[in-house]
Formats: sequence, C-alpha cells, structure tokens
Amino acid sequence: MIPAKFDYVRPSTVEEAVSALQQGGDDAKILAGGQSLLPVLRLRLAAPSVVIDLGGIAELRRISEDGDRIAIGAMAPHHDVMRDDLVKQHVTLLSQATSTVADPQVRHRGTLGGALAHADPAGDLGAVALALDAEFVIAGSSGTRTVPAAEFFVDYFTTAIGEGEILTQVRFPKYTGWSTHYEKFNRTAQAWSMVAVAAALRVEGGSIAEARIGLTNMGTTPLRATGVEQALVGQPATADSVRAAAEHATEGTAAPSDADAAADYREHLARVLTGRAVLAATG
Amino acid sequence: MTATADTTALEFGKARVRKEDARLITGRTRYTDAITPPGTLHVAVVRSPLAHARITSIDTAEAKRAPGVHGVYTLADLGAEEVGMPCAWPITPDQKAPQRPVLAKDTVHFAGEGVAVVVARTAAEAKDAADLVEVDYDPLDPVLDMEAALAEGATLVHPDLGTNESATWVFDSGEAGTGGSVGDAIAAAEADPDQVVVRRRFRQQRLVPAFMEPRSCVVDPTGEQMVIWSATQIPHILRTMTTVVLGIPESKLRVIAPDVGGGFGGKIGVLPEEMMTVLLAQKLRKPVKWTETRSECMLTAHHGRDQIQDLVITAKKDGTITGLDVRLLADMGAYLGLVGPGVPVLGAFMFNAIYKIPAYRFQTTNVFTTKTLTDAYRGAGRPEATFGIERIIDELAVELGREPLELREQNWIKHEEFPFTTVCGLTYDSGNYEQATARAKELFDYDALRREQAERRERGDQVQLGIGISTFTEMCGLAPSRVLGSLAYGAGGWEAASIRMLATGKVEVITGASAHGQGHETAFSQIVADKLGVPFEDVEILHGDTASSPKGLDTYGSRSLVVGGIAITMAADKVIEKAKKIAAHLLEADEGDIEFSAGQFTVRGTDKGKAIQEIAFAAFMAHDYPEGMEPSLDSDAVYDPENFSFPHGTHLAAMEVDTETGRVKLRHYVCVDDIGNVVNPLIAEGQVHGGLAQGIAQALFEEANYDDQGTLVNGTFVDYTLPSSADLPSFTTEIVSTPATSNPLGVKGVGEAGTIASTPAIVNGVLDAIRHLGVEDIQMPTTSQRVWRAIQEAKGRSTQETPIDTHSPGAGLGSIDPNNPQGEVQ
Repeated sequence: MIPAKFDYVRPSTVEEAVSALQQGGDDAKILAGGQSLLPVLRLRLAAPSVVIDLGGIAELRRISEDGDRIAIGAMAPHHDVMRDDLVKQHVTLLSQATSTVADPQVRHRGTLGGALAHADPAGDLGAVALALDAEFVIAGSSGTRTVPAAEFFVDYFTTAIGEGEILTQVRFPKYTGWSTHYEKFNRTAQAWSMVAVAAALRVEGGSIAEARIGLTNMGTTPLRATGVEQALVGQPATADSVRAAAEHATEGTAAPSDADAAADYREHLARVLTGRAVLAATG
Repeated sequence: MTATADTTALEFGKARVRKEDARLITGRTRYTDAITPPGTLHVAVVRSPLAHARITSIDTAEAKRAPGVHGVYTLADLGAEEVGMPCAWPITPDQKAPQRPVLAKDTVHFAGEGVAVVVARTAAEAKDAADLVEVDYDPLDPVLDMEAALAEGATLVHPDLGTNESATWVFDSGEAGTGGSVGDAIAAAEADPDQVVVRRRFRQQRLVPAFMEPRSCVVDPTGEQMVIWSATQIPHILRTMTTVVLGIPESKLRVIAPDVGGGFGGKIGVLPEEMMTVLLAQKLRKPVKWTETRSECMLTAHHGRDQIQDLVITAKKDGTITGLDVRLLADMGAYLGLVGPGVPVLGAFMFNAIYKIPAYRFQTTNVFTTKTLTDAYRGAGRPEATFGIERIIDELAVELGREPLELREQNWIKHEEFPFTTVCGLTYDSGNYEQATARAKELFDYDALRREQAERRERGDQVQLGIGISTFTEMCGLAPSRVLGSLAYGAGGWEAASIRMLATGKVEVITGASAHGQGHETAFSQIVADKLGVPFEDVEILHGDTASSPKGLDTYGSRSLVVGGIAITMAADKVIEKAKKIAAHLLEADEGDIEFSAGQFTVRGTDKGKAIQEIAFAAFMAHDYPEGMEPSLDSDAVYDPENFSFPHGTHLAAMEVDTETGRVKLRHYVCVDDIGNVVNPLIAEGQVHGGLAQGIAQALFEEANYDDQGTLVNGTFVDYTLPSSADLPSFTTEIVSTPATSNPLGVKGVGEAGTIASTPAIVNGVLDAIRHLGVEDIQMPTTSQRVWRAIQEAKGRSTQETPIDTHSPGAGLGSIDPNNPQGEVQ
C-alpha cells in the first residue's frame, strides 16, 4: 500500500513545527506516532501535501511533575505513559487505560497526544482525560493556550485544536489514592473499544465521596456519565447501590450502531460495564 | 567421504526445530515481491468499487500522461477478450461455468474485479496513475442472497447462462448401493413413534483466508523460457494451466514458487492477475511485477466457506441413527474458482463422519452471486461437513435427552470394526475413536467440568459453563487419481519425487509438493536421513521450481506427507536398490548377501562393508561398477495413493458465557488427535495449534460481511477480526497413533485437522452453556452481541437486529465507510 506523494518535514522545536504547519496550510498533517495517520495515508483516504513529523522534538516526550499536576508531553508514547511512576502513582486510571490500548507494538509507537488529537470516539484515552478534567496545552503562532477537557472534544475526529495549532502537552490533576478502573469491552484483544468505562472514585469511610466516570464510544465524543456520578456520591460501594447508579449510564449518550454492536446493545453494555468498573475500582 | 550417521537415534519421531525457520523468521529469504529482475515494470490494477455494473466508458488518457507510466490497458488493449481462467472441476457434465476474464469485459460481477491495468516504472507511479483512470459505470442490481438468487425472476449474475445455478451434485447411498434410501428412513421415522426426526439449518459464514504474504507474481520474458515467480501453492499446476489458458508451450515456461508466506488454500488459484502479468511481459518484452495490497487481497483473493446447510437426521429413541439427509446451497461468488465447485463435493463424503449411518443422501446446489468467488480454504468442504454433523448430533442428543458423548459412542465405528466401508463407499483403514476420546476426557477432566457446569446452573451464576464436543474425522492425502477421475476432477492425485546422490555423499531430494509454511524441508529430510542412513544435515530438499522439480501436483488437502512423503520413500528405496548392486560388486559378494542398515552396506556374516556415501562416490567415479547398469544411484518415483487417509480426534472445549454481556470465553481446549505415525511432533503440534486458532476463529471471530450493495464492509484487519494469541488460551494437545495401513509410513496428515474439528466444538460449547436458558442456536461467529440477543430473545425480550453492514464513525479504520471513504473526515 503506497500513500500518495507528500512532502516531509521534521522540525526540532515546537516553534519550527508551528511555522511549518502554517506554511503547509489546509493540507498539512501532523505525524505523531503514526498509528492512525499512516494507515489512512496508505489507503489513500487522505492525501496531505506535507506531513510534519513531531518525532524530532525531544521535549514533547517528557513526563514531569508540575505542582499539583502531572504534565505529559504530547509525544510521550503509550508505553512510557503506562510505565511511568508519576503517572502510576497520581493518575493511575490513565496508566490502566493506556495498558489496554491495542498491542505492545502499537503502544511503543502511538502517543498520548496523537490519540487525543485524533479524537476517535472509540479511542480509550479521551474518556480518561475527560473524567479526570485534564488540561490541553495547545501551541500556535501567538504562543500557547490551555483548554479544559470539557471543551476539547468537539465532534467525531474534531477537537478544539485550531488551524495552525499543535497539541504539546496534557496536564492531569493528581488523584493520588483514588480508586480507579478502566473496564474495556472489545471484540478481540487488540480491537478498539465497543464500549469502555473509565472510573475514578474517592472512597471515604466505606462510602463514595467523589466519582468521576467517563464513557468511551457512546457518542460522537468521549462522554462524562454525570448522572451516574451524582447517583454514586454519598452511597456505599455495594453491588446493589452501584448497579442502581449505573442505570443512569446512558443518559445523554448517542450510541453508534455498527457491525460489532447496535445501539441497544451498546447501551446495555454501558450500564453493565459502568457497574463493573465502579465495583472493580472500589473492590 | 565416509561420514556415518548416528545410528542410535532415528530421525523419524524427533521433535526437530524446523531448518527453514532461520531464513524465514530473520527475513533472509526472498518472497516473490522481493524478486526484481533488472528493468522490471510494475503493475497496479484499477478495480471496480461496485458489485454489479455495466462499464460505459474507461478513460485512460490522464493516467497515460502521468509520470513514469509505460502504458494503461483494458481487456481489449491486451487483446485478451477470449482468455478465460480455468476451472478444473466440472462437478456435473452440465455445470454452468461463465468465462472469468483477465479484466472485466463490459460488466463487472463483483466489487474488486479488475477493470484496467497501469504499467509504470515504479509501483508508486503505477498506483498514482491508477487513481487517474476514469471508469463510468451503469449500476445493476447486486445478487447477494443465495435463496433469492435461485428464485424465479431473480437478477442474473450471468444472463447468458439463464440461471444463477451453476450445478447440483447428488450422492444417494440408496442409488449408489452403499446404503439405504434416506427418503425411506425419514418416512419410516416420521411414521414411527419410537423414532425422532431432527431438522436444522446451519450457516457457514464467508471467511477470508488471510494468509500472511499477499499474492504476487513476477514474469521475466527475456530468456528462452519465460520465468514466472508466483506466491502460489501450485507452481506445477500453474505452469500447465498457463499453457492451457494462454497457449504458451509448457516447455517454454518455468514457474518458481519461492518461499511462500502461507496459503491455507487461498493460493491454489490460477489468477487473472497472473495471466495478465504474463500477457504484459510478453507484450512489453520486459519483466513485469504485480503485487497486491492487503486491501486488494481481502477483497479479491478467493474467500472460503459460505454455505447454507439444511440437515435432517433420523434416529431410534434408543439413539441409533437411521438416516442423514444433507442439502447445501454453496455460494460460488461471481465465477468458478480453480476447484471451487468441488469444495462442497469434498464434504459429501464426510457428513457421515465417524458414524455408522445406514442411509445417506447429499445434495449441493452451487449458486452464483455478485460476490468475491469462493474456493478451497483450510479443510475445503470437510470443515463444513464436520460442523454440520457434529452440531446436529448435539441437537439429536438434546432431543433424545442423551449425554452427547455417549450418543456419539453408540453410533461410531468401533475400533475392532476397521477397516470399515462407510455409507459413502469410502473404506476407513484404521482408527480408534475410543482411545482418543478416553484420553481427551482424562486430560479435560470431563466429569469435573460437568459437575461444575451443573453447579453453576444450579446457582444461576452470571457466568455459565458449556462443554463443546467434536469427534471428527477427515479424509486426507488428496488423492487416489482414479477416485478423482470418478469425480470428474481435471487432474490426478499422485506426487513425484527424485533423489540425487551427489559425488561427496550429500543428498538432494526433489519433491513435487510445494511448501508454503508447512516445514517440508525438515520433515522430508528426517525421512530421507533414516531411509538412507545419512546425517539429517546432509539432506537438502528442493521444491517449488519447475526447472529442478519438473513434475508434481503441489500442496493442499494435507497431501504433502501422505502422498509426497511416500513418493520420497519410494525413490529412496530405488537408490538403495541400485547402491546395493554396486556395493555387492565392490565387496565382491553376491547381491543377496548384502545387508543395508543405517547407511552401511555389509556382507552378511563378515565385517566387510561400505557406507552409502562411498557407493555414491564410486558411482560418480564410475571406474568400477557392475556390467549392465548405469553408473548412477539417482532415482525417481511417482506415488499414486490407493486410498485416502483418515485422521480423527476428539476435541473438547470448556466455554464460559457471561450471560449479562454475552461475552464468550474459551477457557480450556483439549484435543487428542490420531494422525497415525508422526515424523516430527513439533511440526505436528504447530499444525494443530494453528489449525485450532483458525477453526476457533470461524466459531467466534471471523466473518466477511457484505452490505446491501454488495460491498465488502470489513476488508481491513481492523474490521475483519482475526484473533491473536491474546484471544486464545494455551491449548492442551496430544497425539495418539493408530498407524494408517494405507501407506508404508503409516502417516495420515495433520494440516487441516485442527481447523476441521474445532469450529463445532466451540459452537456446541457456547450452546451447551446457555441452552437451559432457552437458546437453541446462534449463528457464527458467536459474537457477544449475538449471544446476548439470543439470551434476550429466549427470555421473550425483543431486541434490535444485529447489523452486519453498518459503520460507526469510530474505531479507527472502522470509521471508513467503503461507499463513502471521504465521509470519515468531517
């Protein structure tokens, strides 16, 4: 499979990348880990005039502690994210969800920023970023701006990243000591999620003090299951109360129908998996 | 010169690591696409996006002007309007066989059919230019459903044939005199309150063979012989068929199948692309290469299975089976493949399986649709048959309230009854179903799992346990030539071998079998090392090149060892016979006093002797050899089997079903296969493991889906869900050996066993887990969604239909609607 012709640039700083992007105009595409872009190019479903490879910008791979946040460079590969001690300690849910992405080969090439910027609603990491109120640092010609997760995901494959802008960093608040679980349901081990549920809970004295629930592939963007969150708070983490709360999981969703799962089945799964995710986290 | 073999250990039975693997897994070898003679031109095929349409115009002007383009050709430009791809299996005298052209003539008959071809200096330039060829189509109605295709007034795939039915082939044991009339058996059962009649419809979904190396062909016309390299299973058949199709004298053709990366039957075609590449090379007088992309491969390489099976089984209430009636509809796709029409016929002899069935009738109706053609896929007819019988035996057990293994045992051929002539007239030479079953039950801990199953049911566990059973047999070693003749197959079933004893005592073995992943080089070397008493390392296996191996019928149908291996054994016997004469001469002894063992010719009762390598050198020097013989040990043999071989086995699957989500989990899989004597247990185990994965994948994961326009909707590996090791447990496999009596090595063949046996074991297990909830059947693949819906329906809750052809925007490439690929980017 041979892509159509394109120019290739490999800048070594974010500034160079932004300027290359602006020169490239509408037709330019950013290459992060290439796990989604390259198949699309090879199938000739996209034919950009220029591909800007961020692989030469070392600072974009860094994972660091920044006060009450963990800052992850957009080009940090999934493999690094899931194995990073800071992430494991403070953003455990992200580490857990990342470990379910595809297979080891893909996790070595694919990046956190690339996956989030691609914004495939079946991708696993959007629901985590949304549930955990991550912030997205976006660089453009006039400097950087920060967008909260709640505003980042706009539609299918569409984010708040504007023309001529590049996602450079994702910053997660620390959830040290929270109970977390990512419950993924897919057709084969390496397949995309049919439905998945990201759950982070703070449990105090046997009852749920705070709940953050994200849903994967239940709409055009990752979704927050606020109805479930509200129903959980103040409840004991028992099977009955959790399952009752999980009945709210489909509120505000617009599940897609495809060969793997029609909408009614996805809705059923969302309820079941939400209950399982919360029980697994608190169990 | 006098190296002696280690006489203490036989190679036969040794679990040697495969000697070909070092070059295969380190990438040292060259597959077809890596072969590029100087000056090679590259080909890209323009393919139809529509399943059924009239071509109204093809504009190649812009493509011709594109950089690097050498030429753009339609069928007419190639002057190939009269060229048709061969079908070697007219299953009936009046079989309807439309001409399959090199490129579509004026109508396309399936999505992916070639319409034009671009030749350029590089593959990239060819592909770029192919995108510039403008084809206008006038769409016609697709023909997708087999039953609708046979109905009155249906749209015809090939109107000139007047029907969508290619052929109907019938076997009736009453008429053949091999058994009773099944019509009588059914009528008797219906009239008798002490008998039961069970009717079921099963569906064999369409599968993509998914071999690892896409197909490729390179043709170099610059020498006296035109050289064709092809990623094919059948270099010899390809040579003969190229002559038949294009009229090039066979002696002017040399076909090479270099290392080939898998086939599973998917590479036994004679391809329009191959013939097109030959035509282009002839026309342009330059080497030409065609290599398909993975997408082209999934769309256009032949598919497998795709049958509707209507089965009726009758039995006495005591469990004795009295009759079996099988009616198949088999989807041929748009044209007939090389052996496609015969695939269901290969199943005809296997529906009766290991059971004593007194009356049997089989009928297949082969149907044309506007889909990719179907042909052989690992097991070819026999997996379909095994699925049908093993599924309906379970249904009969449910009907009769019998333990399914006991019901099988009651009806199977007892080990003391071999050789046994079946209701199809085949003679099973050997087997021991009791032995394999007893061992499988023990390894599986069958009784404990039945107890656990009962406990889970009792407790109403969210996760229910099912036990899936398949006691299968198959016919291997294709095939006795006279049997193939009686079935109107267009070739024999023999295999050829030659052995060359080199001057320095090394051995070259030439086989007509054509390995594409099987490990022939290792297994055949082991056989020859033992036969000739030479070190394993001194044996070289040559194959897949008609210049070195001029005679052969290639590799499919678990035939390489069972037929090809015997030919090698016979050639080795001839080498020994010749060497014995020279040894007697040199040792000044009577030939009758010469003994041969472990590579040494000795004079009985003396310590005089010579090694086979010394004899080989003596034959090469030719200074001193017997009068009346030629100074050579080299020998040829052709083996035509007398009978098929009949491997069998008992496969048991522990299936967990999450009744809340429908998720199916294969917890444990045990199989005990009786494949006769085993040359290399490591290779045999590898074949079983790979076969299991493929058969289990049919039950749980794979299905080629078409939408209502006839577009293949899951033509990428993102959507066509092949399992990986992460989806499968560690199998427990074991081999027991009842040697075949139909060949001198006592071998039976193992290439297809796992695939044939495992599919019904899995589905039987899934149903066994949830049958008590009221679920009676689930179509393959038994995805979580289908299982969940079946449970809901059994509970009386209606749900949506399971869609097979819709796209959601998510899931990577799953987001790409092939009908609207650009729609993905919003």
